[in-house]
Amino acid sequence: MLYREAGDFKTTYVADSQTFPLKLDRIGFWVTMAVAWLVIPFVINDYWASSLLVPFLIYAIAAIGLNILTGYCGQVSLGTGGFMAVGAYACYKLMTSFPDVNIMIHIVLAGGITAMVGAAFGLPSLRIKGFYLAVATLAAQFFLVWLFNKVAWFYNYSASGQINAPERLVAGVAVTGPSTPAWAQYLICLFFVTVCALIARNLTRGTIGRSWMAIRDMDIAAEIIGVNPLKAKLTAFAVSSFFVGIAGALFFSVYLGAVEVGEAFGIQKSFLVLFMIIIGGLGSIFGSFAGAAFLVLLPVALKWLGVDVMGWPTDLVAHFQLVIVGALIMFFLIKEPHGLAQLWRLAKEKLRLWPFPY
Amino acid sequence: MKMKKLAAMALAGTMAAAPAMAELVIPDLSYRTGPYAAGGTPFSDGYQDYFNLLNARDGGIGGEAIRIVECETGYNTEKGVECYESTKGEGALIYQPLSTGITYQLIPKATVDEIPIHTMGYGRTSAANGEVFNWVFNYPANYWDAASVMVNYLLEENGGDLSGKKIALVYHNSAYGKEPIRTLEELSAMHGFELSQLAVDHPGQEQKSQWLQIRRERPDYVLMWGWGVMNQVAVQEAANIGFPMENFIGNWWAGAEHDVTPAGAGADGYKSLNMNRVDASLPVFDEIRTLVHEAGNAAGDGSNMGSVLYTRGMYAAMLAAEAIANAQEIHGVTDVTAAMVRDGMAALEITEARMAELGMSQIGPEFSVSCENHGGSGLGIVQQWNAADGQWVALTDYIAPDDSVIDPLIAEDSAAFAAENGIEPGCL
Repeated sequence: MLYREAGDFKTTYVADSQTFPLKLDRIGFWVTMAVAWLVIPFVINDYWASSLLVPFLIYAIAAIGLNILTGYCGQVSLGTGGFMAVGAYACYKLMTSFPDVNIMIHIVLAGGITAMVGAAFGLPSLRIKGFYLAVATLAAQFFLVWLFNKVAWFYNYSASGQINAPERLVAGVAVTGPSTPAWAQYLICLFFVTVCALIARNLTRGTIGRSWMAIRDMDIAAEIIGVNPLKAKLTAFAVSSFFVGIAGALFFSVYLGAVEVGEAFGIQKSFLVLFMIIIGGLGSIFGSFAGAAFLVLLPVALKWLGVDVMGWPTDLVAHFQLVIVGALIMFFLIKEPHGLAQLWRLAKEKLRLWPFPY
Repeated sequence: MKMKKLAAMALAGTMAAAPAMAELVIPDLSYRTGPYAAGGTPFSDGYQDYFNLLNARDGGIGGEAIRIVECETGYNTEKGVECYESTKGEGALIYQPLSTGITYQLIPKATVDEIPIHTMGYGRTSAANGEVFNWVFNYPANYWDAASVMVNYLLEENGGDLSGKKIALVYHNSAYGKEPIRTLEELSAMHGFELSQLAVDHPGQEQKSQWLQIRRERPDYVLMWGWGVMNQVAVQEAANIGFPMENFIGNWWAGAEHDVTPAGAGADGYKSLNMNRVDASLPVFDEIRTLVHEAGNAAGDGSNMGSVLYTRGMYAAMLAAEAIANAQEIHGVTDVTAAMVRDGMAALEITEARMAELGMSQIGPEFSVSCENHGGSGLGIVQQWNAADGQWVALTDYIAPDDSVIDPLIAEDSAAFAAENGIEPGCL
């Protein structure tokens, strides 16, 4: 009825190949952007920023990164935590070595450094696949965490082995450090999310994205039709790591402010981001957001429901969280292996025909 | 029972919030789940029970009722930050996160929000310099004190000479475990012992290779900075390789009953530091039993009373309550703010007479806090596990650390922090 393509005529190729071909989708997108950019910054407080929105946005970047590698190019990676650590430590070293350079540049450079590291660890993907590649990336995870724990240069020889983000300003407003206002913290993350999502969306539907998908669907066939596996796989690793590195840099500098590598970027983080893209939907940018939202917001919502509304003991609620999140992951894997993105797609299909389905 | 209590608490909370009745809000960032729950649960039980006792016996502190807001962190820094943000708006007076990792997160945040943090025997050691860390307190002792107390104890054991001895440090590979290294390196240069470092990764269930190395290198002493499940595994591994237990010394977070009981008789003779005495016959426990537990208000299942970490949690609560009472006295109001509590902490003095009055005679050392010194006296005792009786036995009286080593280190580290963060050292 409301949601339909009838009457939405395209007269140019550009219009036909736009990201949101339906008018209602376009309106929805711009409304979301308007709310995110123009409304939320004015109403946000510390709690909403540091408990919900900032982690959601940062995990969304990490999930987009992993989705490019795993969802689009079909290379399973368990090294996300390690690559986030590269981004965080690169950002820290850059921040402390060049304090006068704008933090935004450091975050992008941290992404670039992570891209190089990611491409190096992607080399084994040319020879091994599937589970074996997962094990190789697992090695990257453990090696990188060990490295940042072992080599004191990375944490500037601090006694505790922690890295602390000093205060840095963007346009006169602190975006890292303790006196950062909630809206600044939120806006810098929103900026990177928006840019990353736009880049990812346009990469995945261009030549390079098609070569990734060809490799994912059948690498031998892809090679026969002229896709260079070396180039496709390594670019997937590099681009994926670039996003993950930016997520790691933001996670350290904007969100937490102080990081201990083993705890913040351990294997748990790799699994968490992997669960995000599995629940959200492999090979979908929307799915990365949906998965990140699901796994960031659900525990907080459950805690709020259990402790604040029902008044249950905190340990009981914490255990329930594990049970419920685990059960939901299983439920999704069985009932909807393509994730929340597929549910969304199905809902849209149904809505197009509503109220006269055939 | 517990549900009813929490429901009642929540109800009391909402009722109290409505007519803007004054109350003292104390968040308890506890962890009763995960690999560190064995330590977090008794500490939190003791912490809450003592405040409940004050509510039941004295109607709170200075006539103001105390409201505890518990938040589960799971020893995880991200959840710790979430807990901090969600509780600070309720008018939190003091934070005791019982986690060095979370402490590092909270130091800058709480300094900006002007809420005091008390990290009793953990956290950032250089916070002892109150002129740089105005809002952070770590009395009565810190990690560098602990390292020095251990070495002083070993010096005493060895007739004042440790030269040529081999000492291994088994530590949790985190900010917590790395804290003592700098001090131990300094002390090793000073006393001529050889220090080797063995890191154990979170959560610490896998320590085979570390203990294999110890078996090969045969150090004279093993010191440990462990927490949670790591302690139990280390004690078991030490027993497995036949390491002489009396030469194995843990810090004060590696010396509770649950750390040694899994190894059974093998743990007999294991030593650890303690910053508080363990005495299940203290009169305060009887009061908690009758006024809190029998009234059905026990935190947790009520089974931890009198244990090492329960006692320490209660001790932490007592220090917080004394600071709040002190703040009420200084400012002449009962409805204190977080900033006033900070003043109370900075002028805190704990005497034996006061501890005896509170029914916990000799639970900790006497100490006083000042604006410059947030670290207290730094004293620690050495205790030994008697597996047959299932008891910790204090071997020594309070041992003093070597301040001539620690003070310059604290000055150096806090100066570095001040420079990094643009802090002008000074009293508030």
